[in-house]
Parts: sequence; structure tokens; C-alpha cells
Amino acid sequence: MDLSYGEAAEAFRKEVRGFIKAAWQPGELRGAELKDHIRAFRRAAIEQGYLYRSVPKRYGGSEQPVDVIRAQVIREEFGRARAPMEVGGNGVNMTVPTLLEKGTEEQRELFIRPTIEGDYIWGQGYSEPGSGSDLASVRTKAELSADGSKWIVNGQKIWTSQGMQATHMFMLVRTEPDAPKHDGITYLLMDLNQPGVTRRPIRQMTGEQGSHTFCEFFFDNAEAPVSWQVGERGQGWYVSRTTLKHERASIGSADGLGSQFRKLVELAQEMGRIGDPLVRDRLAEIEGRVLSHRYTSFRLFSCAAAGEDPGAVPLLMKLLLTEIGHDIALLAQDLIGEEGMTEPLGAGGRGPRGPRGPNKWLDQIMGSLGNSIAGGASNIQRNIIGERGLGLPRDLAMSAEK
Amino acid sequence: MHFHLTAEQVAIQDAVRGTLGECWGMERLHAFADGEADFDAESWQALMALGIGALALPEAEGGAGLGLLDAALVCEVAGEAAAPGPLIGQIVAALAVAQCQDAATRALLPGIASGETVATIALDSNLVQCARTAQLFLADDGAGGLCLIAAGEGVEIEAVSATDRSRPVSRVTFGSAKTYPLFVAGDPMVQRIRDAALVLIAADALGGAQHCTDLSVEYAKTREQFGQPIGRFQGLKHQLAHMMLDVEPARAQVWYAAYGWDAGLPDATRAAAMAKAHLCEVYTRTTRAAIAAHGGIGYTWEYGLNYWFRRSVHNRAWLGSPAQHRARAAQLAGW
Ligand SMILES: Cc1cc2nc3c(=O)[nH]c(=O)nc-3n(C[C@H](O)[C@H](O)[C@H](O)COP(=O)(O)OP(=O)(O)OC[C@H]3O[C@@H](n4cnc5c(N)ncnc54)[C@H](O)[C@@H]3O)c2cc1C
Repeated sequence: MDLSYGEAAEAFRKEVRGFIKAAWQPGELRGAELKDHIRAFRRAAIEQGYLYRSVPKRYGGSEQPVDVIRAQVIREEFGRARAPMEVGGNGVNMTVPTLLEKGTEEQRELFIRPTIEGDYIWGQGYSEPGSGSDLASVRTKAELSADGSKWIVNGQKIWTSQGMQATHMFMLVRTEPDAPKHDGITYLLMDLNQPGVTRRPIRQMTGEQGSHTFCEFFFDNAEAPVSWQVGERGQGWYVSRTTLKHERASIGSADGLGSQFRKLVELAQEMGRIGDPLVRDRLAEIEGRVLSHRYTSFRLFSCAAAGEDPGAVPLLMKLLLTEIGHDIALLAQDLIGEEGMTEPLGAGGRGPRGPRGPNKWLDQIMGSLGNSIAGGASNIQRNIIGERGLGLPRDLAMSAEK
Repeated sequence: MHFHLTAEQVAIQDAVRGTLGECWGMERLHAFADGEADFDAESWQALMALGIGALALPEAEGGAGLGLLDAALVCEVAGEAAAPGPLIGQIVAALAVAQCQDAATRALLPGIASGETVATIALDSNLVQCARTAQLFLADDGAGGLCLIAAGEGVEIEAVSATDRSRPVSRVTFGSAKTYPLFVAGDPMVQRIRDAALVLIAADALGGAQHCTDLSVEYAKTREQFGQPIGRFQGLKHQLAHMMLDVEPARAQVWYAAYGWDAGLPDATRAAAMAKAHLCEVYTRTTRAAIAAHGGIGYTWEYGLNYWFRRSVHNRAWLGSPAQHRARAAQLAGW
């Protein structure tokens, strides 16, 4: 085993560092000037082949060969310098790879460049009031207009993250009501700024409301051109399963978890509890799990770099992260003690952010609960691990599922 | 960057698995567990014929030039099989002697490396695995250093009823026995040797926990109740999923601790403590979950899960409990 990235990667790291040093000079820039500088920096970074590596040049990407080690070095160096990386969000993480794999030339031309430049923000229109874990039961329906040129959409989507900012949505809609449930769904792109679309923010348990929160969307004869349908009509379920492997393996979530754990240790220090043997024991016990997660992400990264199949291990990562987040939340709650009886000023986007004391941990304490729900509830993760990871027989209720 | 097993490492594990599979079917394990012996010469020789005793020794010492990582992979397979024999003591003693300067001690190396001389660990406790057979005891020299104590005069051995039937302990008292010096107090090798033992115990725990998970999953696929395989019931399915969630990520923690030891990383001692603590917790949870997942058959002697359960009890207490190692890790982190 060897955790160094090798000489070639270190030479590449120098090159990336040199680039950032020259090109990223935010200094005292503010407002529009800062925005312009960020845009210019991203353009230059694309030019160098550092950002949007899996996106072809003709759509504004840098079209680089797959190389997970280089991609990781870039992430590390950009992170270290706090330089702007890819714009992120659903658009870059989901829409762009889906279009690259399943989209038409027209769709790629139309959507990829504005998405990676941050002009289009995408909401994920999957969940509905009646369809969560059982996603293939979506009922929002789309029917062809009389002239066959448009999909007319009626129904409701809910829990859409970043919904207030979203300019567009990728959504699953029912187009063949008589087909078996997985075969009657179409994957559709929609412009959200049109009269048939109404959005409403939903206040979250964290207190967050307004633009920071998730939304519900009502579609009342909303329209999308037929040419904005991705993949075949009725094949939307399978389009939504598209997962691209492009340099996805990253040590990113492990670094995030590691720094969250370090902050937990700092919290114990700040609260004067670090000498308490019980606190030390709980910290070290949690760290046992944090390290397992960390070294397993090294393992996945290593497999990806070597082009080897990591088996069932990736199926574990979401639930593992979720469960460790709960452990951290429980200890944080004990550590902040009475401070937990008050919320920090500006929590949940209410009013200006004030000074934040130990009670800022309420963000993590509550936020960790979102991880057990969003992106596939924990019981669904357990089913996936049991059925796909261990090969146990499928649930009878779901044995018809695909 | 390489942080998964190579084809050679997988091949080593397969070879050891094959040999131990031939030696230790359930019937043999039952016979051994109910017998008087604390050692089985035949399986020991089969294992040593693979070169296990010298695996982690430098080539200049007649070894295979591999690392603690490779030794850990072997111990993992021994843990899977619940194989009798003081394998961890043997490997650690070989590592210690190979690094020692004393000529008389070094003369022991060929015997240990070949497995002809059986060595066991007698640190921190007078309950010692396979003590009635071992010719050498890796022990504290009384002043915080390490030495090897030769069996025979000055070594008193009292039989006890051992919980772990695969590696039975006896109670050992050292008098004025023949000793071979290894490292004096303050020599960094003292800690390194202890760390190596912790990593190998963690590896044994990993193998055991994986085996218990595998048995439970297989059983859940074949055992039927209410007209269907019990593995279809979501309650049980989720329990099994959690066993995997506990065991599989912990594997990389064992790798890291062993790699850290081989590479001499600055956090190697802490990584060994964390791995010992975490893997022994995982082993305890997994053996308990496995027995629960099996129902009545899991609670029997005959089915054999109890051998792994007993081994988990032994591993957990051996060379310090998880809580003790967590306290050390807290200290080492400067908390
Ligand atoms: C913070 C956050 C952000 C989100 N962002 C988005 C977004 O941007 N776009 C989007 O489309 N959706 C989003 N969601 C919605 C999310 O995907 C759903 O909430 C999730 O899939 C669960 O669906 P549900 O809420 O209907 O719960 P249900 O499916 O009704 O589940 C309720 C409970 O039943 C359990 N359960 C359900 N089925 C089974 C089963 N087969 N076996 C065992 N237990 C079961 C679940 O584990 C859960 O505990 C977001 C949710 C949250 C919390």
C-alpha cells in the first residue's frame, strides 16, 4: 500500500499551484468585481484543463482524459487556496452527466454551457406528496399538446432543494398511465419561469425559510417542448438511474467528515469537557467510525484510480456517513449542554447573522437528520445493502420493482 | 497511490484459506475444542510450510520481505477459520528478534521463522495462549523493556479452563528462567512490537467478524419460516445490512494501521490503538448479532458460532480493552 500520489501527480500539483497563484487574486474585490474575477478565473481554469474535465470543449468544458488522481490533486489545491471550483449543485452533478450520456445534441448545446457557468440552476423534480421512497409511483402527468410539439404538465413536486433559486427542473412525469409503473415515466426538462408553474417555499425544521429552503411546485398546464424530453418516452426511470463514473471517486466526503470531527474535539475543548474520561471515550469511539469511513474512501479512490471494481463497498457510504453524523450530533448535544436551549442569532436565515457560540452546533444536530431522508431514506439504503450488497431475497412488496 | 489489495495479496490470503480450510473443518475444531491440547502440530506445520513465520522478515533474514500488512492479511484468514495456534505471537516474536542486536537472541531466529520454535505473547497478563506448548514467551523484562523467556525451569504453568477454545490460555508465572534480551526500556522498538501485536489482533477480529457475517447471510438465504427465506424479512435484512456496514469499512482501518506500521508513519502507534479498539468492538457486536440472526441453532455448541464468540471475548480483553486503547488514543492525540 502507498498513500502518496506518485511523482507525476506531485509535479502536476506544482503546476496547479503555480496557476492558482497567478490567476486567483481576489484581494479586496467585492460585489460585481469579485463576480467578474471568479468568472474569469473559472474560464482560465477550464482553459488549463482543471475544471469540467468530463465535459467536451464544444459545450464549454475542458475535455480531459479520465484521471482520478489529477482530479483529486486539483480539488485539493483549489480547496487549499479557497479558489472557486466547479459551480456544483444539481445542474453540474446530475443534469450535465445525464445530458452527456442520454441527451440530444440540441439539449447539450442548449443547457450545458449556461449550467456550468452558473446561469442555470436546476431543481430535482422527483419527490411528490404521494411518492417518496416509492419514487416510481410518481403521478405528475404529462400529455402531448394537440400538435405534438409540447408536453403539457399537471401535478405537484415537493421537497425541491434550492427550489427558490432554480431556473429549471429535471423531472420525472407520468406519460403512459396504463404501462407498468416503471415503464410509464418520462424524464423531462422544464423552464420554471412560466405562467403554469407556481412555487412555494416550505419552512424546514431548522427554522430555515425563504430562499434557503426547499419548495413545493404546482404545475398547471405548464409546458416543455417535446425536444426537452431526455431519452425515449416512457424510459425516464432508466434515464434517472444514469450514474456516470467520470472521476466521481473523491476523498471529498471523508475530508468533510474529518473536519467536522476535529470541530467536535474543539467543541469539547471550548466547553472545558475534554478532560472528562467519558467525553474522551465517546470521542475516540466516534473517531473509530470516522477513520473507517476515511480509509474506506481511500480504498474506493484507489480502486477507481486503478480501474478496478470496488464491489459492494460504494453501497455502504451514504448510510455510513449518515449514521456517523447522528453519533456526532448526539455528543455535540451533550457538549453544548444548556447552550442548546437557545438558538444562535440568524439561525435558519432569520434576520442578520449574529455572533455564533456553541449553539451553532444546532445546525449540525438538526441537519444530520436530513441525511437520513434526502437522497434515499436510511431504510431504503439498508434494503439496498441487504439485497444488492449481500444478495438477500427482495422484499415481497417490492419484488416487482426493478 | 495504492490502497486496496494487490493480486499477490489476495493470492496469499487464498493460499492460507485453502490450507486452514483443509485443517480446520468444524469437526476438527470440535475435537480440538473438547480435547486437552492447547496446540495442533499438524496444522501449525502446514501453515508454517507456507512461510508464514518469515513472511514479514527482511529478505536478508531469510524472510519474504513483505510487511506487517501481509502478516495482518494472514491473521485475518486465521481469524476467519478460528484457527488454533499462537500465530500472532509467532509473527510478532519473529519481527522482534529480527530487529534485535543481541547475538544469543538472534540465534533463535531460524527456529522462530520456520515455526519449529513456537513463540507466544506473555505481556500484561499471566494468561497466555498455548503456554503448555510454547518454547518462548515474549514478555516484559521487568523494567519496561522486552525479552524472550525460554520455557522450562523457572516457568510455572497452571492449567485453567479457557474461554477461547481455539487458542486456550494457561496461567503462567515466571521465576528465574532463562531469558534472551530483546529491547531495553526506552527503545522505540518496545512500542513498535506492542503496536504490531495490536494490529494483528485487530486483523484476527476482522476475519472473525467477516466470517460470522457470511455465515449469517448464508443461513438467512436458506432457512425458511412463514414459507419464505428468513432473509426476506426486513427486520432481519436490516440487521444483516448493519453487520456489513460495521465490518466492511473497518477492513480499511486494519489496512491503514498495518500500512502505517510498515511505512513508519508518525501516527502508527495511535492507528494501532484505534484499530485494536474499533475492531474488537466490531467483533463483539458482530458475533452477538450473528447468534441472534441464527435463532436456536446459533445458541448451540454444535453449530460452532460460539468459537468465534469466545474468540471475540478473548481478543477484546487481550493486551487492553477497547476503552483502554481509546484512552491511549485520546492521550496520543493531545486531547
Ligand atoms: C433536506 C431534504 C432535501 C430534499 N431535496 C429533494 C430534492 O431536491 N428533490 C426531490 O425530488 N426530493 C428531495 N427530497 C425528498 C426526499 O428524496 C424524500 O423525502 C425521500 O425520498 C423520502 O420520501 P418521503 O419523504 O416520501 O418518505 P417515505 O418514503 O414516506 O418514508 C417514510 C418512512 O418510511 C420508511 N420507508 C419507506 N419505504 C420503506 C420500505 N420499503 N422499507 C422500509 N421502510 C420504508 C422510510 O425509511 C421513512 O423512514 C429532500 C428531502 C430532504 C429531507
